[in-house]
Amino acid sequence: MRLSRMKVGAISRRHIHRGTELMLYLDTLPKGGHAVIEKIEQRAPLDPIATRLGELGFVPGEAVQVVATGPMGRDPIAVRLGTSRFALRRGEAARVGLRAVS
Amino acid sequence: MSSTASAQTPASNLHIALVGNPNCGKTSLFNQLTGSRQKVANYAGVTVERKEGFFTTPNGRAIRVLDLPGAYSLDSTSPDEDVTRDVCLGRHPSEPQPQMLVAVISATNLRLHLRFLLELKQLGLPVIVALNMMDEARRNGLKIDVAGLQADLGMPIVPVVSLNRAGVIPLLQALDLPLPAPPVPLPAGIDFHMEVRRLLAAYVVDPSTGKDRLTDRLDRVFLHPVWGPVILLVVLFIMFQTVFAWAQPLMDGLDSGISTFGQIVLKPLPDGILHSLLADGVIAGAGTVIVFLPQILILFLWILALEESGYLPRAAFLLDRLMALAGLSGRSFIPLLSSFACAIPGIMAARTIQNPRDRLVTILIAPLMTCSARLPVYTLLIGAFVPHRTVLGIFGLQGLVLFGLYAVAIVSGVIAARVMTRGVKSEEHPLLLELPPYRRPNLKSLALGLWQRAVMFLSRVGTIIVSLNVLLWALSSFPLPPAGAPGAAIDYSLAGRIGHVMQWVFAPIGFNWQICVSLIPGLAAREVAVSALATVYAIGATDDGAADKLLPLLSTQWSMATAFSLLAWYVYAPQCISTLAVMRRETGSIKTVLWAAAYLFGLAYLAAFLTYHITRAITGVP
Repeated sequence: MRLSRMKVGAISRRHIHRGTELMLYLDTLPKGGHAVIEKIEQRAPLDPIATRLGELGFVPGEAVQVVATGPMGRDPIAVRLGTSRFALRRGEAARVGLRAVS
Repeated sequence: MSSTASAQTPASNLHIALVGNPNCGKTSLFNQLTGSRQKVANYAGVTVERKEGFFTTPNGRAIRVLDLPGAYSLDSTSPDEDVTRDVCLGRHPSEPQPQMLVAVISATNLRLHLRFLLELKQLGLPVIVALNMMDEARRNGLKIDVAGLQADLGMPIVPVVSLNRAGVIPLLQALDLPLPAPPVPLPAGIDFHMEVRRLLAAYVVDPSTGKDRLTDRLDRVFLHPVWGPVILLVVLFIMFQTVFAWAQPLMDGLDSGISTFGQIVLKPLPDGILHSLLADGVIAGAGTVIVFLPQILILFLWILALEESGYLPRAAFLLDRLMALAGLSGRSFIPLLSSFACAIPGIMAARTIQNPRDRLVTILIAPLMTCSARLPVYTLLIGAFVPHRTVLGIFGLQGLVLFGLYAVAIVSGVIAARVMTRGVKSEEHPLLLELPPYRRPNLKSLALGLWQRAVMFLSRVGTIIVSLNVLLWALSSFPLPPAGAPGAAIDYSLAGRIGHVMQWVFAPIGFNWQICVSLIPGLAAREVAVSALATVYAIGATDDGAADKLLPLLSTQWSMATAFSLLAWYVYAPQCISTLAVMRRETGSIKTVLWAAAYLFGLAYLAAFLTYHITRAITGVP
């Protein structure tokens, strides 16, 4: 995705350094942005939401696109994943780590 | 729901279950297979809809089919998925394990649906795969090697189009064959996603790379941050305009039809107990039920059409942030909005909320949304006690008080919902809502859905409401007053006596015995309290004139504190047997109803108590 389109504030808040690598998360992907899922993070052992995300098809290697954001603030977001579309809240989307694609 | 055909359960020699993801077309397949031979109820103790149907195959095999709740996985995250898991695993306490599963998958969303199919493959049950929406997939240019996929999966695949009768014939024929052998399970610990990818790569050619032009284009408009909410507002406005405005003439027509019917039927009968029982108990009771029907049907026509078209989940998306304030999700909005007309259709509309906890909380706070039956009581009391004067130049004080009553009720509903959803962290209550492709609603499904709601309301709810009405009539009529006794007859009845006893409880909130007595028939329907008050004050109980005659009487006989206290009571009190009956019906739990009644009466008493004492302090009445 084009990082230049992202807000600087969003980058400093949500881009977390993992070693030398920048990790981007689905909740900060701007509207229209494409990315590929890198990993799903567990917030707790056996995190049911992470498990469910996996069952819905949020698995490493799948392409995602943010197709809409909620009318009030950015919550919730609508995401296209292959042939399905899902509405997610920010807290759910924050579990989805992405690798940017050009 | 029992229609006439399914009143006696036919002998069945095969018991199957439809299993599949939400939005796979499972319900329309179920409707095509069974037609109106369906029973809709709840699973015991949970707010999960249980749908069962019956049909016969071309060769005469009688089949009993259970339409299991849509699920994404057997590793369930909600009570409706629990039901699906337990039935599939044969662990459900009241539901036997089906002899065979019909796994419904949509050709348009194979990546998601094949994964769940692989879970079902592991169960060791015979499975027939109904590959649905093949027409749509073909239009999108999708090519599926059905024979190859079938051989690889080890389960027979039957392409179906659930939108019409002809489209399900292949499945009917497959059900005539001997049961297929259960598929050989995949090795334990296999990654289902990798397996799905392998299957898709081997047997599916999808030139569109998953793009659904129509849905993408519509979503750009319907989910637009500005136009989305504007369109939603317009849709809701038209919807409620039709619910109120179109239903009103029908309701008035039914109302006068019922009273004309009553007059004709009762004319030969002499005045007396039988006349009164039929007129005030049975016919008036049935009338209160039937009059709601147009509103319920119009509301449900909208909801079913919006649901089938795929717009309802989008509305939930747009309203999610707003409803999150109350700890709920966007799905609760329409049931709650409907409750401003009447809590009965509102509570029934809560069926469209998939999350059972949200559904329950929505049902519990629906009676707090000010229904139209409270208006006659509000109008009477505001007219009698709030001076007709303008505030700040433009606002009428009476209108402001009325607005305040609505606002207080909404705020109370939000707070009540928050309290009920507290303790469940927002993270544990995900939205994760699928936004299915847009589709044209299927007329047969709409008609069946409406028919089921109508029958459910009239037969199940109607019988409770009518019998409670007869009970209330008996309470208000017996024993009869002694001949020539002064005062109103109701004063001598059981209701009158209960009212006098109730006064001990209600004196601290300023209710006199007349109010207490009128509250009892008011349980039949809130607005009846007005004519009941007129009866108690013995000023000729014709409905039309009652309010006009009461108004001056009340303003001289009651203190302002008493009137305001009664208003506060009416904001909260579940002063409506019909609402409680629907709640009982929809939740399947008498405990829930008792709990709801207790919390609402508790709030009512507290609010009335505070209002009474604060008003007394302000007005300086000792």
